[in-house]
Amino acid sequence: MNRLDQTLARLRGEKRSALATYFTAGDPDFDTSLRLLQGLAAAGADVIELGMPFSDPVADGVVIQAAHLRALAGGQTVRRTLELVARLRETDDVTPVVLMGYFNPVLQYGVERFLGDARRAGVDALLLVDLTVEPAAPYVAAAQETGIHLIRMTAPTTDEARLSTVLDGASGFVYHVSLTGTTGAARSAAAVPLQALARLRRHTDLPLALGFGIREASQIAALAGAVDLIVVGSRLVETLAASGVDGALQQVRDFAHVLR
Amino acid sequence: MSSSSQPYCGEGPDAAGLFGRFGGCYMPETLMPALEKLTLAFEAACADPAFWQRYREILTDYVGRPSPLFFAANLSADLGGARIYLKREDLNHTGAHKINNCVGQILLAQRMGKSRIIAETGAGQHGVATATVCALFGMECVIFMGAEDMERQSANVQRMRLLGAEVRAVHTGTATLKDAMNEALRDWITHVDSSYYLLGTAAGPHPYPRLVRDFQRVIGLETREQMLSKTGRLPDAMVACIGGGSNAIGFFHPLLGDPEVRCYGVEAGGLGLDSGKHAASLGGGRPGVLHGNMTYLLQDEDGQIQNAHSVSAGLDYPGIGPEHAQLFESGRVRYESVTDAEALEAFHWLCRREGILPALESAHALAYVRKLAPTLPADSLLVVCLSGRGDKDLATVLHYQENAA
Repeated sequence: MNRLDQTLARLRGEKRSALATYFTAGDPDFDTSLRLLQGLAAAGADVIELGMPFSDPVADGVVIQAAHLRALAGGQTVRRTLELVARLRETDDVTPVVLMGYFNPVLQYGVERFLGDARRAGVDALLLVDLTVEPAAPYVAAAQETGIHLIRMTAPTTDEARLSTVLDGASGFVYHVSLTGTTGAARSAAAVPLQALARLRRHTDLPLALGFGIREASQIAALAGAVDLIVVGSRLVETLAASGVDGALQQVRDFAHVLR
Repeated sequence: MSSSSQPYCGEGPDAAGLFGRFGGCYMPETLMPALEKLTLAFEAACADPAFWQRYREILTDYVGRPSPLFFAANLSADLGGARIYLKREDLNHTGAHKINNCVGQILLAQRMGKSRIIAETGAGQHGVATATVCALFGMECVIFMGAEDMERQSANVQRMRLLGAEVRAVHTGTATLKDAMNEALRDWITHVDSSYYLLGTAAGPHPYPRLVRDFQRVIGLETREQMLSKTGRLPDAMVACIGGGSNAIGFFHPLLGDPEVRCYGVEAGGLGLDSGKHAASLGGGRPGVLHGNMTYLLQDEDGQIQNAHSVSAGLDYPGIGPEHAQLFESGRVRYESVTDAEALEAFHWLCRREGILPALESAHALAYVRKLAPTLPADSLLVVCLSGRGDKDLATVLHYQENAA
């Protein structure tokens, strides 16, 4: 049981959905990013999702693309992202950290070396959007050994037959993409994708996360209780860019309030 | 280099889309089911003689195939070595080899019941070819093109619009081919049910590298036949330019099993490999994952993709098709590079000596021929894939001349 398992088990007991907040590591620079992360738990974030910047984030919309480029321009690297988590752990050793990103920077770092260093830094789970179940197979054992969950994603396009493949051996939680689109899609998802969630429930007992296109407190209110984790990303990244750390933390508080 | 005694000769990919360790399918989950369906549809089409008959019909009556194989007597005399032949893909309808792939894929899209086609383009040749087959088949067409490329290839932008396509400018990143491909993928993620992604080169996630190769193999199949009928034997050397590498793989593939045929792929060396400003993924990159496949990439130590540079918009891409990566490591194909300046010299040389304006992409292959041919015996046979015509590049060539003067 790592921090993620403990947090999700506790919230399940409380019958409360977790608020998972996404920000990009090093956006716009290391120190700002650290200050933000240090404030997240107190503001009400239950799970911290931290994006690892990549030059070509094809699954992301304009807001998160821009955050990745700002972070890279600010000198962020894979090593610095792990350092950021290690620094966060000096003041917060409870809130789970899920790293999200693309495969190539991890591949260049060395997957096994990355998993070891990530565990030492205090990472609980890893989600690589372009490493689906098939190409991830060679790395599953190494992840299990380090105790870092390799998170699987499902999408509205994932059909019944494929769902079994995707969920076979899944751990931590299952991240369901709420709409066919990139992050921060302008059109918001159907209020609660009940059918999709029910289908997932038939296949797994793992906690379910829902993300992509969740921008408003009203959406969070509608989803409360229906999923285990509610992921908000682009909206928070936008606020951070426009209003800085204090503005972003205030928005996290507003969203967290809806769930308590 | 691989130490195996039998080099890879084009047997791939396997069921997972791998050419050795290259290729594969590294894509967000949203697209995985669509890629599986595409693989199944392609396999079904492959097994259907009517599909290939229709493909050949369109290539013959609409594209104008077979493209001629021309003996370039003046070039051969200039270099004083091998006898040089040009495979004239520049004479295809729309002016480049790109149309071969587009014909195959639009038939596939039609079989799959898709009505909206999306594509990326660099120099605009693939965009024009896609817009062309969309007009022919009455399909909606959206082309993603880097804003910088739109500027250097404005004539092709106009052509696409005349053909009824919507051209969307991509301003992100370097505003070139890599970013156009990112945007096309984002669009596909968003409209995956209605849209068919008509990828233009033998790269990207499985099954594209195989599918594009198989639709471009017609170049090599014709070359083989034409060489045999004109000279009674196979060529000693084949030379083609490489961006993503679709003309080269289609040209080489049918002859990879003939060990006496040496193949040379020519990458864009930009301002020189040492300058850091080039597009030679094999010459100056290392393996990684981008746009759905494992291949050689220009990247920094952190795995961030670096900007490619080439005078030719069609070669200005930081990756290369995965089968080329495998052919490179197995040693079956040799990969070289030439600089912008060498390509431009070769452009003028072909114009003046044979009366043919080559695309700047193809001029890279010709520039390497100028180095290779003189080293070969006078009775040897060398074929160059003249992958496209150069009308689209006039502005670039003139601009370069003015700046150099």
